[in-house]
Amino acid sequence: MLPASLLVASFVIFAALYLAPGSPIAALSGGRPLPPGSVQILEQRYHLNEPFLAQYWYWLDNALHGNLGISITLRENVSTLIASRIWTTAGLVLYASVIIVVLGIGLGVVSGLRPGALDTSALVVTAVSAAIPAFVAAIVLIMLFAVKLGWFPALGNGTGFASNVRHFTLPAVALATVSLGIVARVTRASVRQEGDREYVQTAVSRGLPARAVIQRHIVRNAAIPITTITGITIASLIAVSAVVEVAFSLNGLGSYLVQAAQTKDLAVVQGISLVLVTAFVVVNLLVDVLCAMLDPRVTLGSDRR
Amino acid sequence: MSAVSTAGAAARPWSRGLASLRATGPAGVASAVVIAAAMFAAAFGPLLAPYNPDLPNLSLAWAGPTGGHLLGYDVEGRDVLSRLLAGAQTAMLGPLAVVILSVTAGTLLAVTAAWRRGASDAVISSGLDIVFAFPGILLAVLAAAVFGAGLPAAAIALSIAYLPYIARVLRGAALRERSQPYVAALEVQGAPAASICLRHVIPNIGPLIAAQATILFGSAMIDLAAISFLGLGVQPPAANWGVMISENQVGIVQGYPLPALAAGICIVTVVIAVNVLGERLFDQARAARR
Repeated sequence: MLPASLLVASFVIFAALYLAPGSPIAALSGGRPLPPGSVQILEQRYHLNEPFLAQYWYWLDNALHGNLGISITLRENVSTLIASRIWTTAGLVLYASVIIVVLGIGLGVVSGLRPGALDTSALVVTAVSAAIPAFVAAIVLIMLFAVKLGWFPALGNGTGFASNVRHFTLPAVALATVSLGIVARVTRASVRQEGDREYVQTAVSRGLPARAVIQRHIVRNAAIPITTITGITIASLIAVSAVVEVAFSLNGLGSYLVQAAQTKDLAVVQGISLVLVTAFVVVNLLVDVLCAMLDPRVTLGSDRR
Repeated sequence: MSAVSTAGAAARPWSRGLASLRATGPAGVASAVVIAAAMFAAAFGPLLAPYNPDLPNLSLAWAGPTGGHLLGYDVEGRDVLSRLLAGAQTAMLGPLAVVILSVTAGTLLAVTAAWRRGASDAVISSGLDIVFAFPGILLAVLAAAVFGAGLPAAAIALSIAYLPYIARVLRGAALRERSQPYVAALEVQGAPAASICLRHVIPNIGPLIAAQATILFGSAMIDLAAISFLGLGVQPPAANWGVMISENQVGIVQGYPLPALAAGICIVTVVIAVNVLGERLFDQARAARR
């Protein structure tokens, strides 16, 4: 399923931008008129005079060999440009994922196990958190922690690991906000649902220690829905990262994609889309694999619905 | 849910809708009121705006709230309250269009797949799997690169990107509904498939569709505002909540956070209301199925 999915996705990306208005020759020449001889040379070099499917094949073949073409605005290899930015995005998504897993699942499990004031306030906090878009979270965080308190820098990547972590903290929190709320709420619901099951009541009434019941029964059985929602929301961060990168002026793939879309730098748009879609599909596949490992009843490749 | 849809309830969807809204409790009703107020602003906002939302006056840039201007002025000296009211239009109607498009298409695909099963189901399901590979924001950025920046392209891109999420859930519900005895009874009586689907199956999964549509509205609002924030959706100087945040973001660092914050609060309030109502509707739909 994975290669098929990616193949079709790559075709969609190529076809969409192939159909985009504007001729590639005009883009290459910057709109200046060219002598017919050079037009012919360019057409041959970029296979522009060949049929659509052949052009797709050349593009895909090159992409698989790490050659994603030339950026028209920066006159550089798209692969090189992507390689220099990919770690910003990957680091940001990874940092946000850690926050979501630790805080989101932690809060969900605690409030699921202990009904009461803590649970009620956690419900309110997560309902608000799930409704704060990343760019709204970004401006609030910049206002509080960069402008008022001065704890973290407001903009930029920073250099060196320690500085990177400091620069990425507010963006990662902004990126995590919505998912944190969603993951915590789904975790709480799954833990609560398992805790109400008859087998748990039986285990408790037989006098098993609460710790054992929680670890061996409740958390283990609630793990599948929790893993699924965590994986889906983390995968979605790969695209939302663009919003956070723009809000914090981070030099990542997402902000570069937005810039390329505005300037119609199509080779860059194709290249980054391909990388992001691949990452998105791979993360979703990892979630399926993890679910199959957690629960032997789940089999891969079968109809998941 | 009762297996047979009674003719009376189907004939009065409004009264049934009101009754189920009342059953969502005070939080649900309060959320509905917030949504209704935002929809009212979307419909009449430009008329309600006390000042011209698009008229800049640079000498008043970042001026704070005064008597006639409750929320002060923005980066170009425009009245913030007027821009919020005028901006409600695209901020609310954009997500509404996304929900209508994707829920209609998603319902049709889901019911078709569940009804015909076999090859049609396989084609629809694998098509949805392909669409699932594209996150909403990425598809919207692609659409902007191909068709140029603007709200219509972004809204259509999001409607497509949301299809798998909505159709998968509805397909499961429609499959359950299709195996109910009343469907078989109607088939034996010779009722045409289209009429069984339209008059019985879809109304019976209606509560689930309503819950999905509500939750989807929240996601669409966040994603569309994000795309406008990125400069690929509604184009400035047009008033829009997402655009207002990107225009006034410099004010945060310069000590004038109110214009950007006000737009952010509008988005967050509506999304909270939509999510709370959607969650209640989901609980209702789930409870009704038991």
